[in-house]
Amino acid sequence: MSKTKYSALKVLKEALTGHKGWEPAWRDAEPKADGYDVIIVGGGGHGLATAYYLAKNHGITNIAVLEKGWIGGGNVGRNTTIIRSNYLLPGNEPFYEMSMQLWENLEQDLNYNAMVSQRGIMNLIHSDAQRDAFMRRGNAMLFADAGCEYLNKKEVKERYPFLDMDNARFPIQGALAQPRGGTVRHDAVAWGYARGASDLGVDIIQNCEVTGFNIENGKCLGVKTTKGDIKAGRVGVCVAGSSSRVMAKAGINLPIESHVLQAFVTEGLKPVMDNVITFGAGHFYCSQSDKGGLVFGGDIDAYNTYAQRGNLPVVEDVCSGGMAIMPMVGRVRLLRMWGGIMDMSMDGSPFIDKTDVQELFFNGGWCYGGFKATPASGYCYAHLLATDEPHEVATAFRLDRFRRGEMIDEKGVGAQPNLH
Amino acid sequence: MIINHPLLGPRDSEEFVYLGSADLINRPTNWESEEAAEDFYQYLYIRENIAGDNRELWYHEQGDQSWLVVTRCTLTHEIKSVELAQDVSRAQGRSK
Repeated sequence: MSKTKYSALKVLKEALTGHKGWEPAWRDAEPKADGYDVIIVGGGGHGLATAYYLAKNHGITNIAVLEKGWIGGGNVGRNTTIIRSNYLLPGNEPFYEMSMQLWENLEQDLNYNAMVSQRGIMNLIHSDAQRDAFMRRGNAMLFADAGCEYLNKKEVKERYPFLDMDNARFPIQGALAQPRGGTVRHDAVAWGYARGASDLGVDIIQNCEVTGFNIENGKCLGVKTTKGDIKAGRVGVCVAGSSSRVMAKAGINLPIESHVLQAFVTEGLKPVMDNVITFGAGHFYCSQSDKGGLVFGGDIDAYNTYAQRGNLPVVEDVCSGGMAIMPMVGRVRLLRMWGGIMDMSMDGSPFIDKTDVQELFFNGGWCYGGFKATPASGYCYAHLLATDEPHEVATAFRLDRFRRGEMIDEKGVGAQPNLH
Repeated sequence: MIINHPLLGPRDSEEFVYLGSADLINRPTNWESEEAAEDFYQYLYIRENIAGDNRELWYHEQGDQSWLVVTRCTLTHEIKSVELAQDVSRAQGRSK
């Protein structure tokens, strides 16, 4: 398939010639009889990014991405599209900052409009203790060149006069802002990586569910699928949300529980919020989409589930969080809400690692922070799959870290996955 | 979700706090054994994370403060049975 370069000139040319020259953005493939050097299980954002960087950075192009449904139909299309690199701990922050830098060049790299919008993100501060904690996090961000700024109460009020500054329970005293944070059109991330990978020779195989692994003498030789057995030199599982179910087929239990996170969008409003605003004390985060809808979310439902829908108490909880800081949303109608399944790990941080089965690798445990990590997750997983060594910013994401007592627990709540 | 409490009848799940798998009842007993570190690692961090009928611990915080073992389907949220955790624990031979 020849690569069509997208450009304003191309759009103009097609507009004048009846749009007859467009081709499918990626090639819908069937499994090759003689197998692949690498099989990526899971055609979400992370899986497609992994295939893309394996081909681009490491020259490995005999790759298949297996997806049980359609690409981009899982969590990459269910999140609230926020990108940021405002973490505290050394195991996390350099990784997320690398992701941010990849986001900044993503569209040029992929020649694909992913609507990367660095509109900024603002974490509201409500108490002296929270200010101290955010200042510490801000310093960690500065160490990692992520950039940040402190806004005092007056500056916050000037920018967003609709905020309830003098709320009795959570008065707003300021904010920690990361001006480079923002939002990205999430579907376009999956499509852009799929197109980039496909152009480099990767087979994207949809409607192909992995039903088992062919493991002999502790070595993975390939996968069993609904489209038959497929041989592979190396298998990389990348199915956050279904990690425990897929890895159980290889006999591996993980330090992960599955929980549902709900997200919401309102009817379209005129431009009111040119930033991502987060209310950590009550857990509510919100941005305004280009169509005008307020996109927001809050806490997970807090019980194990694989159903991609939540229950009403959390809807009420999230909406009251919104009302507490921006009462003007009270008269806005909710347009849609949905749920996605999160791999909640035991310390709130992810895994990119080898497993005890030779040639079987694992990427997952992203909790509800997987979207922002997409580029770096793919980049680092590709590095591990190609070189057998973790990338330097992803050395902490090991599966055995709990056994060694080296957790990466941003919140400090311990092995209680529904609280991360 | 409505949890049918064995003593109090049907109660809104919002009155409860969720802990996790009912396997957490089975805390390793011998902390001095050779395998203790591995046993506690498996107990504390590793989960079966079942897709289907899951036995799990719910605490009736805003009620009678009892711990319940709820068997609930993680694919549909349907609650199949509710038992007092102390009954489950004693049936397994523990003292409480």
